[in-house]
Amino acid sequence: MSSSVPSPETDKSRKYDRQIRLWGDHGQSLLENSQICLVNANALGTEILKGLVLPGIGSFTIIDHNLVTDEDIGCNFFLEPSSLGQSRAKHCTKFLQELNPDVNGESIDDNIDTIIANNPEFFKNFSVVVSCGLNEKSLIKLSNLLWELNIPFMSCQSVGFLGSARIQMKEHCVIETHPDNKHQDLRLEEAFQTLEEHVSNIKLGPKVPWLIILYKNLEVYRKKHDRKIPNTYKEKSELRDIIRSSMTADEENFEEAIRSVNSSFGGGKVNSEVQKILNDSCCINLNKNSSPFWIMARGLKDFIEKDGKGYLPLPGTIPDMTADTSLYINLQNIYRAKAIQDADAVFRRVQQLLKELNKSSDWISEKDVRLFCREAAYISVTRGSKISDEYEKGSKTSMISDELENPDSLISHYVVLRAMERFQTEHGYIPGEVNVETDPARIKSLATRLVNDWGISSQLNDDLFHEICRYGGAEIHSISSFLGGCCAHEIIKLVTRQYKPFDNTIIYDGIKSQSETFKF
Amino acid sequence: MAEIELNNKKWGHLKKILERSGPFDTVNFTPSPSNLEFLMTSCKILVIGAGGLGCELLKDLAMMGFKNIDVIDMDTIELSNLNRQFLFRRKDIGASKAQVAAEFINNRIPGTKVTPHFCKIQDYDDSFYQDFHIIVSGLDSIVARRWINGMLISMLRYEDDGSLDQTSIIPLIDGGTEGFKGNARVILPGMTACIDCTLDLFPPQISYPLCTIANTPRLPEHCIEYVKIIQWDKENPFKCALDGDDPEHVTWVYEKAQDRANCFNITGLSYRLVQGVLKHIIPAVSSTNSVIAAVCATEVFKIATSCYEPLNNYLVFNDIDGIYTYKYEAEKKSDCLACSSIPKVISINNPSSMTLQDLIDYLCDSSEFQLKNPALTTSIDGKNKTLYMSAVKSIEEQTRGNLTQSLHELNLVDGQQLMVADATNPNTIVVKLKFTANEVEIFFVTGAQAKHLNSEEASPQNVIDGLQKQPTQTIFFKTYPVRRMKPLNSFGGYKRNFKPSELDISDDAINEIEKRFDDYGHLRFGKRGGGEGDGFDDYGHMRFGR
Repeated sequence: MSSSVPSPETDKSRKYDRQIRLWGDHGQSLLENSQICLVNANALGTEILKGLVLPGIGSFTIIDHNLVTDEDIGCNFFLEPSSLGQSRAKHCTKFLQELNPDVNGESIDDNIDTIIANNPEFFKNFSVVVSCGLNEKSLIKLSNLLWELNIPFMSCQSVGFLGSARIQMKEHCVIETHPDNKHQDLRLEEAFQTLEEHVSNIKLGPKVPWLIILYKNLEVYRKKHDRKIPNTYKEKSELRDIIRSSMTADEENFEEAIRSVNSSFGGGKVNSEVQKILNDSCCINLNKNSSPFWIMARGLKDFIEKDGKGYLPLPGTIPDMTADTSLYINLQNIYRAKAIQDADAVFRRVQQLLKELNKSSDWISEKDVRLFCREAAYISVTRGSKISDEYEKGSKTSMISDELENPDSLISHYVVLRAMERFQTEHGYIPGEVNVETDPARIKSLATRLVNDWGISSQLNDDLFHEICRYGGAEIHSISSFLGGCCAHEIIKLVTRQYKPFDNTIIYDGIKSQSETFKF
Repeated sequence: MAEIELNNKKWGHLKKILERSGPFDTVNFTPSPSNLEFLMTSCKILVIGAGGLGCELLKDLAMMGFKNIDVIDMDTIELSNLNRQFLFRRKDIGASKAQVAAEFINNRIPGTKVTPHFCKIQDYDDSFYQDFHIIVSGLDSIVARRWINGMLISMLRYEDDGSLDQTSIIPLIDGGTEGFKGNARVILPGMTACIDCTLDLFPPQISYPLCTIANTPRLPEHCIEYVKIIQWDKENPFKCALDGDDPEHVTWVYEKAQDRANCFNITGLSYRLVQGVLKHIIPAVSSTNSVIAAVCATEVFKIATSCYEPLNNYLVFNDIDGIYTYKYEAEKKSDCLACSSIPKVISINNPSSMTLQDLIDYLCDSSEFQLKNPALTTSIDGKNKTLYMSAVKSIEEQTRGNLTQSLHELNLVDGQQLMVADATNPNTIVVKLKFTANEVEIFFVTGAQAKHLNSEEASPQNVIDGLQKQPTQTIFFKTYPVRRMKPLNSFGGYKRNFKPSELDISDDAINEIEKRFDDYGHLRFGKRGGGEGDGFDDYGHMRFGR
């Protein structure tokens, strides 16, 4: 029997195992240090917090001055009958906190307007603030305040079978976007010296990795065709034929090489999204406030233009392939070594930039730069807009106008939800709350006024106005639960700085089981 | 109780949907207090699985007015469940998921009657399942999904005219998640695509070739599989089967796999990876489960109340890059293993070399079948014969010898129907063997001389040309596999031993020859020229081995 060593797992890593497999220990640690503020603990709000407390955020704070009603108990899982008439903030906090003893919960019984007016600094320390079903006036104030403070803000609502969520943030930079299909970057067209040397010493045969077979045959092809890379179907077929004719036996590795012709070229080029980042003024004009992301992006830019001769640093990973172990491992090591060499070159540039910015050299580690280089082809920057602009001057009105012409678009839901908020502001109650007869016409006229203000003259369909009045502000649990899951997930993306959040508005229609994203 | 509950102000939100009409209602919806009353008093829902999706489903359904809910789950609570299975606490570790979940919901939402079943779905028969109006499943097992799907299909009743008795349909709402991806679907058994209709949607499980694991490992996963498959049995360190939940076992595998990785200079092995490979761990997060369960619960609500049209019929969700939903109508498969009455056909082109084991491997590996441990029986000369069955030890021993025999040696013929019992379906499914005679050769024989056409050459025109060119006494055809050369004694109306020189190949004869080929240019056998009882079966295929 072997000597028994204790398992390297901690209790926490076991509890969070299934999610750490997705965002890693570094993602988990960012999550555990995050502080989330919820304004209005309706069912949607508590469902969002549920999706954050379970995976283990650092703390949450609920701001809600409402007292628990019967209807709250009927749709909010984090209340029980005995909560009736008491502080909603306090009771929801209590039941949410039970979910995870690692998370701190706090409740504040105040009106959000009072806090915005008297203690705007209060929001400064939150990672993300999220509000549910906030009225227009408070929403505009909170939006402006959080934009000033540069705190990411999410505003969402759930009404009947409809819902929406909107993210407001100035800028969000992601290194690890985890794309579903990563394009292989094998650099066969621009082979680096060590790869070239390595390959020249290997004879094609049964145990040789397909990558080498492909490379050697590509060279044969290129000699014939003026160093060009096969691009069209016909050209690729010719390369496949060349590989076939080089076959020493009916071997799997040659078959793999033939199959890989389509997916193995074109890696290492700078795509338009990355190019946009490199051309961004934040990248070109670094200053003392520049974030590590932008400093590394600048290091990357300089690398590409100088050391890389127009190419990204090599990521250095190769796929598994049928091969002899040592031939595969040697090849893998050659790619890795080149990746480290490239990343070191970027790192030296980053160090130089830090020096020029009078920043400490350990502010950006070698490990950070290696990760950045590995992910360089997929980095992402999202820039947002202020929610209050949508209310105060209307934003993306031409987009709204175009979308309104499309009968399948959910933009009409956006208009209806906006009209509902306006209705509440003007009439002091929710459309359909008591009267389903006259409210549809009233909300429609408000909606028409709203789109007219945006310079849109489209006819609005009556159906949604009737439907929204039927709801009378009802909150349906499963719809809130859907949106709650989505919003929690987006907040996790924001605080872990992994995966791309939606940009910047999502509308959900539970009747049709359909969602759509719009950018305002 | 029901009366008071119905009038409770807390259901005010639901009443707005159920007691008011709207432009998107289905034609079957009538706004009325009786809608909520139905949910609360009569409607019975079964939730299968009390894990990540199950916890969410129970909460969602109970918050949507459903009072009579049963939940079935055979699992107990583990620490790694607590990041998403929110009805469980640390003190509950080791207890039944179904029981703890039911108790939690019943306490939190008084008036709800969740009944737990701490067992396997296979422990119950149709008498249990027929009690429910709607079944909703949140399972992590494809086998269990297929089993309940098969159960609901077997419970369908048909009228005398063959039409489906609509009241025998129990809708199945199924959800599934993996990491940041998920799907939800509505199945009306017998009417819309069922689980087995879309079997190819399930990704094949990653498996590494044994020779890679044993001889040319390249990935850390290969090293782990080596220790798991080969080294554990050889060294048997704890004198028991490998248990992925036992930290001592995992640690042992981790160390041995690390040794092997070092030996081959393979990097990237971690304890977490070892656990993942040993237990086939699927990453999971609370938010995706919330979303998918919510979609499922919304559909249950739509179907139970008829307020809106249900999802038709498949929704895909992915929130890796933004939030993405896509819905489409999965199609019912006309030869579905589970929901069609047409036996699934397996094409076999080498019945004399294909063994029963090969056939079983095919049933397990092919994306169309994906069976687990099929037991095969058939009927030969009117008698039932068990070909193989692993579940009963004595029968396994008796039938083990069949595994290495070829289909021919087992006297299985073209068109043979096999009854297959498997964990993926509570009922027996029927598959039909089709021996494809893809190696057709035609011989024109004159004395000792023979000219032949191979299968590619065997076209009507070539047969006619051959007849004209070659003084032919007899035409033979040969099909693969060769059992016996068989003369085609009556071809196009001509008797054997005809003399081609005297042959007048009339239009009728050409027509006749052309009829011997199907649309794909394959030679047909039997029927047309062969007549009854000459070794051809009802399908016009030659019988082998008689």
